[in-house]
Amino acid sequence: VNQVLLVALCYLTTAATSGAQAIRLTSEKYTLANGLEVILHEDRSVPMVAVNMYYKVGSGDEKPGRTGFAHLFEHVMFMGSQHVPVGMFDQLLEAAGADNNGSTNEDRTDYNIQMPSNALPLALWLDADRLGWLLPTMDQAKLDVQRDVVKNERRQGVDNVPYGRAFETIAAAVYPRGHPYSWPVIGSMEDLSAASLDDVKDFFRTYYVPNNAALVIAGDFNRDSVRVWVERNFGEIPRGPTLPPRPQPASVTVARDTFLVLEDRVQLPRVYWTWPSAALFQPDDAPLDVLAYVLAGDKNARLYKRLVYDLQVAQDVNAFQASNRLSSLFYIIATPKPGQTPTSVAQLVNEELTRLMRDGITDRELQRAKNTFRARRIDQLSSVQGKASLLNFYNYFAGTPNYAEEDAARYDRVTREDVHRVAHAYLEKPKVVLTVVPAGQAAMKVTGGAK
Amino acid sequence: VKQAIRAFIVLVLSACASTRVDPPAASTPASSPPRATAAIDRSNPPQLGPPPSLQLPPIIRRELPNGLKLLIVEHHELPVADFILLLGTGGEGDPAGKAGVATLTAQLLEEGTTTRNALQIADQAAFLGAQLGASSSWDASRVGLHTPTAQLDSALALFADVALRPSFPATELERLRKERLTSLLQVRDQPRAIADRAYASILYGASHPYGQPLSGTEASTRAITRTDVQQFYSTHFRPNNATLIIVGDVRPDDIERKVASLFGGWQRGPVARSEWKEPPASSTTTIYLIDKPGAPQSSFRIGSVGVPRSTSDYFALLVMNTILGGSFTSRLNNNLRETKGFTYGARSRFDMRRAAGPFTASAEITAAKSDSALIEFMKELRAIQDTVPAAELMKAKRLRQLELPALFESTRDIASQLVPIVLYDLPGDYYNTYVQQIERVTQADVQRVARRYINTGRLAVVIVGDRTLIESSLKGLQMGGVEIRDITGQPVRP
Repeated sequence: VNQVLLVALCYLTTAATSGAQAIRLTSEKYTLANGLEVILHEDRSVPMVAVNMYYKVGSGDEKPGRTGFAHLFEHVMFMGSQHVPVGMFDQLLEAAGADNNGSTNEDRTDYNIQMPSNALPLALWLDADRLGWLLPTMDQAKLDVQRDVVKNERRQGVDNVPYGRAFETIAAAVYPRGHPYSWPVIGSMEDLSAASLDDVKDFFRTYYVPNNAALVIAGDFNRDSVRVWVERNFGEIPRGPTLPPRPQPASVTVARDTFLVLEDRVQLPRVYWTWPSAALFQPDDAPLDVLAYVLAGDKNARLYKRLVYDLQVAQDVNAFQASNRLSSLFYIIATPKPGQTPTSVAQLVNEELTRLMRDGITDRELQRAKNTFRARRIDQLSSVQGKASLLNFYNYFAGTPNYAEEDAARYDRVTREDVHRVAHAYLEKPKVVLTVVPAGQAAMKVTGGAK
Repeated sequence: VKQAIRAFIVLVLSACASTRVDPPAASTPASSPPRATAAIDRSNPPQLGPPPSLQLPPIIRRELPNGLKLLIVEHHELPVADFILLLGTGGEGDPAGKAGVATLTAQLLEEGTTTRNALQIADQAAFLGAQLGASSSWDASRVGLHTPTAQLDSALALFADVALRPSFPATELERLRKERLTSLLQVRDQPRAIADRAYASILYGASHPYGQPLSGTEASTRAITRTDVQQFYSTHFRPNNATLIIVGDVRPDDIERKVASLFGGWQRGPVARSEWKEPPASSTTTIYLIDKPGAPQSSFRIGSVGVPRSTSDYFALLVMNTILGGSFTSRLNNNLRETKGFTYGARSRFDMRRAAGPFTASAEITAAKSDSALIEFMKELRAIQDTVPAAELMKAKRLRQLELPALFESTRDIASQLVPIVLYDLPGDYYNTYVQQIERVTQADVQRVARRYINTGRLAVVIVGDRTLIESSLKGLQMGGVEIRDITGQPVRP
């Protein structure tokens, strides 16, 4: 039986490798006199266009006592500008059949609009107006209502959700005080309450300037017309002052294993292991992604198969490399089933890590991960919106919008040895272990069992 | 001739003058910009050219001798393909007392076939870079495959194996039963899930399938046997109850040949439709309060039994609901979020199924504003019964008409747009006439369907929140009796 299987496996390996599809996403990039980067990608396959605007500012740039401000500011950006009365930003876009949203993370804020291709002039006009003319009609009311909305976003996503405070608890323990990733993007209620109209104005004048922004337009458009439209809408917006230096914290290490407990309104405990890891696009980043997949990416993954499938002692298990610009975190998360303890589940996690450290991974595991990643990457190219956000992502984090092929290639290059090496290099270092427990059961917390 | 049906339907949505956006006033024409250096007049938004016409690819219809219908759409932008094997029975076919059989049957398809075990199925799918998944909604069960076309043959063989030769291993059933019971325990932590379940239970009661969760209750999860699953499968997974939707980088003749060789031997069978009683009609508006100690927000679900997908009022309801709570600028979201700041988002929805699904207005409301929010919800549910302003109607119609290209972008998008065509027997030219059907909706239509389907005197108002913080203020509103319910929606004895 083993031989038959082996033959089949070899055949499939060949098939999977030789069938690999080229990943291509190319664009033209230029910069306006005021510093605005412009990135164009034509795709005439559907009569749609996506606009993605990056501002190179995120929660990591916030001042002490103002956590959550970058994201709160993002909300205020939809409240209209000098030529766009309150509410009209969304009304104009909806009437044109467009969909729009924004998002904020530690490193950047993005605004996206996807629309039928005839609506592109409207999207550019609106995005230019809020970059060039936000403050003349800015007032306390706009800030106050979005402050309330954001507080409700925090309640809905963090405070009224089981295990919702886990990640901010971990970040505060892994990162030293003052590190830009040590507080949550959503911020604290107290800091959201403290944000003032002056903060809005200062933040806008500092960060929302053409020389801190990148505009991607992807989809069905005429390149020559679009260049003219971009110049006419954005060209007269003056360049802003030089940006304050971005935080450059020292690399992050956890001095010694740290065991935390958090009581929550939950039925079952959940354990989170967290290690500092390689920053986005650093050489070890892709092997760490593969390692996460090998641990918990599918039903045959080490931890999933052992804890959830075979022994059925955990309801779920996850592992992922959360990559960021300055540094990353590698997580393993498991929820013991009723009747199981965090400690017994932790013991099994340690056993599987020990086995992986000793034996490394198999070719089959590596290939499953690579093939899955490649398929996901192709899917990201299936919408103009996906392409627009990918181009801006590459432009900011990799230094060039035309990084798709290299991004795919860095996964293709990962070897079993790379994965084995990064497992040793990162997962044997001190870590933070958080156990979220039902109220009154702090004694359940994992306190050791670490390698 | 093997092809019983060979129909080519060309869907063309041409943009006529009436589908143009009419902006407030003309300013700079977008099509012929002046010199690049000229600053634009910012006093008005730009006037837009006519929307692009959307040329939808033809749908090719074929049928195998065993009754399996094929819908094929070629889409060659990326080297991928999507398959949805759609069976015309879902959770509505769960036997009495066995809620969850349909979803469990679907889940078990990936847990073993006559030649592959669960781990082998998962291993091969991941190895191929394919996504395989089976699920059940109320009206249908489906097996889906998304695969790179480089791996098409292997992926399709795996897909067919899972769909046609499941072995329903007893050990896997027990594992999933344990997993489901644990998930049910975890629902206690999730106010939004509690609200959804209790709302369905209160609207539909115990004798209607829509009153039970698709994934089952604790009692039904314990009661389901392997025979129940096998019986559901052998009754409903039949080619004469199935359509295979295929969208992607394929050639129709080639893919039909491949499908015929894999699915041609699938045997027909009699498919029974389940019958059930009409849901109970409410005669009053009642507030059902479910206690969630410590909750900083209250989960609101407000509404009544709505309409089936077959309603002739479909487009009028689509437009009316877009205005009420079906878009970001809708009245509910604009009031409760953008004006009052009570929530991160408020919405409403008519969930149209084979039978009448629920109409629901919902939001997560900061606890201290629970009573104020209910006042605003009721205000909007009443106000939509008055004539809506022409401009507001126009905005809603344009959104629903002009967003159409976005619904047909990827192979996955196109495949999912074909599902309702199959499931609800929509006409072959459904998407051809979609824009015109919306255009025809008038102010009078919107008012008529709002008055017919939203009755503020007969609503169920389910609120999951911290009772100590919100009960007395809700009672003080005198908007209906306040009943305390448990997390499953059942009465709590005082």
